[in-house]
Amino acid sequence: MLGVIRNKNLLRPSFSAFRHLSSSAKQMTVRDALNSALDEEMSADPKVFLMGEEVGEYQGAYKISKGLLEKYGPERVLDTPITEAGFTGIGVGAAYYGLKPVVEFMTFNFSMQAIDHIINSAAKSNYMSAGQINVPIVFRGPNGAAAGVGAQHSHCYASWYGSCPGLKVLAPYSSEDARGLLKAAIRDPDPVVFLENELLYGESFPVSAEVLDSSFCLPIGKAKIEREGKDVTITAFSKMVGFALKAAETLEKEGISAEVINLRSIRPLDRATINASVRKTNRLVTVEEGFPQHGVGAEICASVIEESFGYLDAPVERIAGADVPMPYAANLERLAVPQIEDIVRAAKRACHRSVPMAATA
Amino acid sequence: MSFTATKFSHSLLAVPINSSTPRSNDKPLSFSSDLFKHNASSSSFLGSTQKLLRLNARRSPPPVAAVLLQQTSNLLITKEEGLVLYEDMVLGRSFEDKCAEMYYRGKMFGFVHLYNGQEAVSTGFIKYLRKEDCIVSTYRDHVHALSKGVPSREVMSELFGKATGCCRGQGGSMHMFSKEHNVLGGFAFIGEGIPVATGAAFSMKYKREVLNQADSDNVTLAFFGDGTCNNGQFFECLNMAALWKLPIVFVVENNLWAIGMSHLRATSDPEIWKKGPAFGMPGVHVDGMDVLKVREVAKEAIDRARRGEGPSLVECETYRFRGHSLADPDELRNPAEKQHYAGRDPITALKKYLFENKLATEQELKAIDKKIDEVLEEAVDFAEKSPAPARSQLLENVFADPKGFGIGPDGRYRCEDPKFTEGTAHV
Repeated sequence: MLGVIRNKNLLRPSFSAFRHLSSSAKQMTVRDALNSALDEEMSADPKVFLMGEEVGEYQGAYKISKGLLEKYGPERVLDTPITEAGFTGIGVGAAYYGLKPVVEFMTFNFSMQAIDHIINSAAKSNYMSAGQINVPIVFRGPNGAAAGVGAQHSHCYASWYGSCPGLKVLAPYSSEDARGLLKAAIRDPDPVVFLENELLYGESFPVSAEVLDSSFCLPIGKAKIEREGKDVTITAFSKMVGFALKAAETLEKEGISAEVINLRSIRPLDRATINASVRKTNRLVTVEEGFPQHGVGAEICASVIEESFGYLDAPVERIAGADVPMPYAANLERLAVPQIEDIVRAAKRACHRSVPMAATA
Repeated sequence: MSFTATKFSHSLLAVPINSSTPRSNDKPLSFSSDLFKHNASSSSFLGSTQKLLRLNARRSPPPVAAVLLQQTSNLLITKEEGLVLYEDMVLGRSFEDKCAEMYYRGKMFGFVHLYNGQEAVSTGFIKYLRKEDCIVSTYRDHVHALSKGVPSREVMSELFGKATGCCRGQGGSMHMFSKEHNVLGGFAFIGEGIPVATGAAFSMKYKREVLNQADSDNVTLAFFGDGTCNNGQFFECLNMAALWKLPIVFVVENNLWAIGMSHLRATSDPEIWKKGPAFGMPGVHVDGMDVLKVREVAKEAIDRARRGEGPSLVECETYRFRGHSLADPDELRNPAEKQHYAGRDPITALKKYLFENKLATEQELKAIDKKIDEVLEEAVDFAEKSPAPARSQLLENVFADPKGFGIGPDGRYRCEDPKFTEGTAHV
């Protein structure tokens, strides 16, 4: 069913100059950022506990929970049997009754076996009970495409969970995001779906002293402008933020100034930041790894057309994964997910600087 | 009476309760140990159909050890207890009858699943709980909520879809919640409530062992039916509850029918209680039409969970007197079978026991009946007169902390704003 994937470090982008962090920043991997956030929140609140497959003695299938078993013991770092529906429901029930569980899915693909509890037991209870039963729980794990793992292990669930009222859905990109958003998710009184990316776990990002402070926390529902620009707005989340920043570098060389928005939060969606940016640049490119139909990009496009239609100087461009289950073959797989050159091309189209779409197909 | 739970060995894991108590019921009780000696006409176990006869004939005697109940007194209950049980059962029955009436008068809508016939299970178990103990129910949840103490008027008002309902009209028939009474929900999907109940039990253990709340000895009851016992979440949670020794009792309300699917047609081994020992916990079969028997088993199982000795599986064999829901034409159940169980009405049986043992007089019970009638009249009146939820309520309670979800500058939901599209419905 599962092969634990070694991190392949496919990405080594070198665009740290664009990050708004102090120049003396330390480097930290996303894995360490997640691990330290879990550690600090468990240390701060004894009601917080981690459960899932291989989180304890194995130290996490991707080593996110490394060292936590030793520090907090098997009562708080709970190895579960392979029963997604069962242990996810148990996590939800524990949250009903006063604890703050963090449920790890070895990958979010496996959350399909437990989606009933995420949607029906967690997301809907506060409403159905008229506010009597709130559900402070975090569902976390790697989401979306990894590398070479085929269709059943390479599905982005951002738009699935993003469409459901009662859930908050976060997708960190950098170590700063991972730390700040995971700590916010654990402290939040509502169910949070926390979509990590396996290919980012081993990646290092600079982190400021502020980010390293145990009180650090990011607001849920706020996007971050990763790079300012004036000609075109590119929205992205998770791994695609790195691609968008790379694309922006290329575009800059060609005289196009791209503004890159790291969504951070899929739900609530920071419509204000997106629309303000589009009103400035008058052009929009959305990027995601998930499927195009009813996707995150579709929602962003709708928001911009509803709120900023008069400001658009070009049709909006949506870049998404191909509308097919993920193929295994490396060449097909590469074709199925957005690439940096796709973003560059779309941005240039939006800026009327390229040949018409038909010619590039 | 002894459950031998504190020191049960492998040979004693399977615990069919055998009773030496003289029964006031018309038939001798058939617990699993003598199950196989009876044919269907004299056995309450697993229906009374021809299919059952064939099935029984194939079975070999089970490798179980009978544990004798030792009575310290001839009576199973005191007068006060008897009256409490009677009142709760009459409340459950009359409430559901009132629901049917109101449903047909168009006062409530959607799916309404009534509990008639199964009262001995709810009353037998829940009336032995403390207020702090939790219950998790199914879509057939009104009576569980009532037994746990949620006022009739609030349940009725919820069913009417009114703002004064226990969930302000946001939950409905299949989703009863009460934080105050620790009713952690009615769940509308088969098997869905079991992990949630197991999680509540996990919290109780965690509070005691990790948060050092020594007084946290509360217990959770998970109620579900025979159909659920073929669902994976049942097995997943039996395993984890036993593995982690959680304070929970899995209460199977085996009413023999999953909508129109006979239990015997759906389950390879219809004796559900046997699945307890398979996971290392006691499995008990009890006559779910006899509230006193249910209560005896409930006491053992709940006390055992409270002592920290882990979970139990209790199969209560019962019967629903109405269809699956008020929309069910109920054409598949044999009229003879229905009649057989109608003759085993748990309220009639308790009444008989109370009279025969001089625990109550006709007048006392009539007074209770009258009181319940009044309570329900008042509940209907209350529900009828209560206001429908305000328009502004539509978007409330989606989140405990709704920052960023369409909250206006004044901190209120912007549901009156026609341009409101920020993550929730257009009103």
